[in-house]
Amino acid sequence: MAKYYAESHEWIELDGDTAALGISQYAADALGDITYVEIPAPGKTVAAGDILCTVESVKAVSDVYAPVAGTVGEGNSGLEADPGALNVDPENTWICKLEGVKQDSLDGLMDADAYAKFIETL
Amino acid sequence: MDETLLKTPLADEHAAIGARMVPFAGWYMPVQYKEGILAEHKYTREHVSLFDICHMGEFTAAGPGVAEALDAALARSVADQKDGVCRYNFLLNESGGVIDDLIVYRMDAEEFFIVVNAARIAVDFAELRKRLPVSVRLDNLSETAAKFDLQGPDSVAVLTSLGLDAASLPKYYHWGRFRLFGLDMLISRTGYTGELGFELYFDASHTVEVWRKLLACPGVKPAGLGARDTLRLEMGYPLYGDEMDESTTPVEAGFGALLKLDKSDRTFVGSAALRSNPPKKHLRGIVLEGRRAAHTGTPLLYNGAQVGTITSGTFAPSLGCAVAMAYLDASADIPEDAVFDVELHRAAVKAKLAPLPFWTHGTANPKV
Repeated sequence: MAKYYAESHEWIELDGDTAALGISQYAADALGDITYVEIPAPGKTVAAGDILCTVESVKAVSDVYAPVAGTVGEGNSGLEADPGALNVDPENTWICKLEGVKQDSLDGLMDADAYAKFIETL
Repeated sequence: MDETLLKTPLADEHAAIGARMVPFAGWYMPVQYKEGILAEHKYTREHVSLFDICHMGEFTAAGPGVAEALDAALARSVADQKDGVCRYNFLLNESGGVIDDLIVYRMDAEEFFIVVNAARIAVDFAELRKRLPVSVRLDNLSETAAKFDLQGPDSVAVLTSLGLDAASLPKYYHWGRFRLFGLDMLISRTGYTGELGFELYFDASHTVEVWRKLLACPGVKPAGLGARDTLRLEMGYPLYGDEMDESTTPVEAGFGALLKLDKSDRTFVGSAALRSNPPKKHLRGIVLEGRRAAHTGTPLLYNGAQVGTITSGTFAPSLGCAVAMAYLDASADIPEDAVFDVELHRAAVKAKLAPLPFWTHGTANPKV
């Protein structure tokens, strides 16, 4: 499955037209200990760049943006009780699914190599 | 990094062990180390952590008449403070507002050691100098005295492992002189975490060496200002700048009983204003629904109207929910079981009053 990153540090992993969405290791490290993850409500339609949900750490509050347009699907409800899981393995811990994602909406996103180069510039 | 920030002698040591550095009160300080704020918080509650607190200020005031002069300069009585005792105190302006909250150590009949907030060193020194007679010598030791906090239930075991006799260690809010690592140290049983712990003062030329030696003790881990803040908030301890400032009185901050305004005719700078002006607000503990923190300045709404303001808040790691401190307007009629509305970033949550401290299992001064 192909994984893509946004400059706002979210990743999506696409399976057909459904994307699992999470935040990058870089984002999780920058936030520090995550204490709260808002799980977006299923059924909500989002455009690329819309605020999807909010993630909060002991010292910071950060919005998670939708890297692509889609409809919010299943949420990872385990993060409500254990938001720290997002620090432990952010690259493999999805927050929610986005459904109806169009292939041609991936153009502005980066693959893992490009994202690694991008964060070196920050 | 901002070039105007001050560095404690440990800036390089912090960097070497993976600290994340942030500006705090004009200083470049570690907010956390590699394990993170939650782990450092928990470790302090359960074991023992070492905090670099070198940014804070220390003065000595000594000479004939110093006790009487400090008694008139500060809000709590100093004259009746015994040698060896530490006392939490306040430097007030004429309106009763808090210029600083500080801890006064009585060294002997004519000498006191005063510990002040980092951001207030210059203001406090100038103000105290004005208030003390020329017979009293006031020295600012802030640049030559190092301060470390060793906090947590295992702190006694650490000090005894270094050769100090457990029975000789100071009692709660007392201090003593000790030799540690061959150095003279002033050690008090005080702290800002709610746990059994000590504050160590010594010659700043040995800061790096003492830091390394204490961190080399089995079980001692470093903790940063992030954990210091979550620990103090769970105890309901005020932070100067958040809960107190020059427009806030210690009565409003919940320390009225310490001042004994009704039980004595003691006068001090600010006493006339405190005796004649009723408090405009009261500092209270707030527990929020859920884990999201409310930050400084967030309004507290009751039946749609603002009745107070959050002064500081955090997710409370030991409690698993968000807590805050807030000033409630004295004029607002608020029942103890009131449910408040608090607007957070992209969310609205409910909140209730809660007794302080939030964390009631602290080991700092266990009641037998």
